[in-house]
Amino acid sequence: MMNFGFKIAPSATINLDNVDMEKFTLLHEMEPDVYKCMACGSCSATCPAGRFTGMSVRKVILDLQRGREKEAVRMLKGCMLCGKCSMVCPRGINTRHLILSVCRIYNEDKQ
Amino acid sequence: MIGMIFILTWCTVGMIRIIANLPKDDRKRFFLSLVNPKIMLKNIRDIFCDCLFHVKLWKRNRLLGYMHSSIAFGWFMLIVIGHIEVFFYAPHRAKLLYFPIFFRYFMAEDDSTMGGAFFFFLMDFFLLVVLSGIALAIVKRVHSRFFGMRRTTNPSFMDLVGLYSLWSIFPLRLFAEGFTADISGGSFLTESLNHVFHAFLGNHMNMLPTWWAYSLALGIFFCALPFTRYMHIPTEILLIPLRNAGVRIRHPRKGYAEAEVYACPSCGVCIDACPMGVMKTHIKDTTVYLNRQLRRHNETRIEEISDKCLLCGKCTAVCPVGVEGDRLRIAQRSARKYNISPDYSCIDTDILKKEASFRAPASGKVLYFAGCMTALTPQIRKSVESVLTRCGTDYEFMDRDGGICCGRPMLMAGRFDAAEEMIAKNTDIILGSGADTLLLSCPICYRIFRENYNLGKMRIVHHTEYFAELIGSGTIGMLHGSDRYVFHDPCELGRGCGIYDEPRAVLSAAGELVEAEKHHRESICCGGSLGSLTLGFGKRQAMTENALHNLTAASPDSIVTACPLCLSTFHRYADRPVMDIAEVVDRNMIPADSNDIDD
Repeated sequence: MMNFGFKIAPSATINLDNVDMEKFTLLHEMEPDVYKCMACGSCSATCPAGRFTGMSVRKVILDLQRGREKEAVRMLKGCMLCGKCSMVCPRGINTRHLILSVCRIYNEDKQ
Repeated sequence: MIGMIFILTWCTVGMIRIIANLPKDDRKRFFLSLVNPKIMLKNIRDIFCDCLFHVKLWKRNRLLGYMHSSIAFGWFMLIVIGHIEVFFYAPHRAKLLYFPIFFRYFMAEDDSTMGGAFFFFLMDFFLLVVLSGIALAIVKRVHSRFFGMRRTTNPSFMDLVGLYSLWSIFPLRLFAEGFTADISGGSFLTESLNHVFHAFLGNHMNMLPTWWAYSLALGIFFCALPFTRYMHIPTEILLIPLRNAGVRIRHPRKGYAEAEVYACPSCGVCIDACPMGVMKTHIKDTTVYLNRQLRRHNETRIEEISDKCLLCGKCTAVCPVGVEGDRLRIAQRSARKYNISPDYSCIDTDILKKEASFRAPASGKVLYFAGCMTALTPQIRKSVESVLTRCGTDYEFMDRDGGICCGRPMLMAGRFDAAEEMIAKNTDIILGSGADTLLLSCPICYRIFRENYNLGKMRIVHHTEYFAELIGSGTIGMLHGSDRYVFHDPCELGRGCGIYDEPRAVLSAAGELVEAEKHHRESICCGGSLGSLTLGFGKRQAMTENALHNLTAASPDSIVTACPLCLSTFHRYADRPVMDIAEVVDRNMIPADSNDIDD
């Protein structure tokens, strides 16, 4: 194969049929508001941890919906739980409790 | 008699269990404090003031105080005088515990007891005191408003058993002693009752059933005691020396926490105090009910109650026995297991250190840490910076572009390890800067900096204190306007750190200061607190409106607070301007230099 010095980016396609949504269903039961998120990014904009660790609640919710647990868990480890995200959320989601629920349901070992 | 033995063994076993569950160093401290004469005196004074006289309840409401202290102190005096009587007239029986209780039953009046009229009078007097207390207690069950309590605790079944047996003990004692007054002697109360009885009951055998009933009521009360709220009577006597020895909650259920839970008398003073109480659905989430569920080990309810609380600390401030509702709840939260634990090791503190470091030698300089919340209310940091610049203070802004959280929100969620990690990072940055004053704008940060950080000799001040000092020392002058201000005491600054006078001094310099209906230690949480994990926005609105209603009682022109979180919460629903104290200072200040020019 010819080497051009660059490649096509790996596919970002997610096959939702292969994703185990059991934990997300459980999360949705505990936090019905998780579907309320419209991914506006207010939470990410205010997050003080975002500057250092790349934490973003918006991305965490999206990743979990798409079964990308590993990325979500990596971000959550940087959360400082200051609660500013829940203060600015235009949808009134209690993101702080959502984060704690995610920390209870999901595992960091099973990455 | 059975009741007596039962309760004594129960209390001894319970006491040993609590002491055994204390961490080792705490236990050592406790035993050492018992032999320390200064603490011993304080113990004795506290036990008398709190357990017998209920001084804190007197301060709250006189009728409520009288009710509690009449029963407690009256009963105590009955026991003491009863023992003195026995000691005088039947010294050979003095070792029997039951003898003083049934003294009048055993003793017949003769020449030797005639001299006891004085004691008889005292006994009758204190019996009357107790009876009046019980009469008030019965009235309180129906009309608690007379006692300054809007709501009272809903008693559980066992509490009712204890309550009714307690209520019946003293009237029965009166009847029993009344029946025997002509044999054993009595005084103004029992003897006159005796005459009444003799009008229609001539036979002395009638006295037996009343004495049985009296002894039965006593027995039931003491046997039921460990399962009722009346367990607070013996527990409080243990709690007071423990508290004075400096023991604190270390474990969510054992040791000091257990002592606090059982020391709760279910009086319900915390129900009216709780800011969540504006909504009826939250009444069962107050500290009284937390303690009840903790006694019952009802895990689901414990979790619900401890997660919902705003941690404003008002229940702790008003509690007559000193149960720390907020700390108890944080301890419950800390017992929770999370699968994902935070890890901040990847945070690079070098950039932050560079931002915080001073260009010139840093001694005598101020490091300003605005905190996460202040980033949402930029007017505060703007005002603080403006004041600092105008009075020529050399300062450095530690988190201009956002810094590491102080750790208090994490601590409130009960995750101590993660909080410790943040504390370590921040300590590193702050000590590295070399400044000797740390200026804070957020009371949430301020509290954890005072309680959990070890910054050596560095001075930690909140901007209210700092401004009060600047005004006091004449560094800045204030233009006294005609505005009426009301100050809202933020929970963490007031109850948390005891800062009440400084902000008021600043405001009185700027204009007319009026007080809210409830202020200082009793100030009502704005409802925006980070303490609550589960309360959503919709549920907080009623609390905020209630707090605003309380603040505007004296119709001030503007509401002033000193917490970014209170500020943004009040902004949402307030009908008049809400400001931070820094804004007031910034607006009204006259720098000392310009003062000189005017002169």
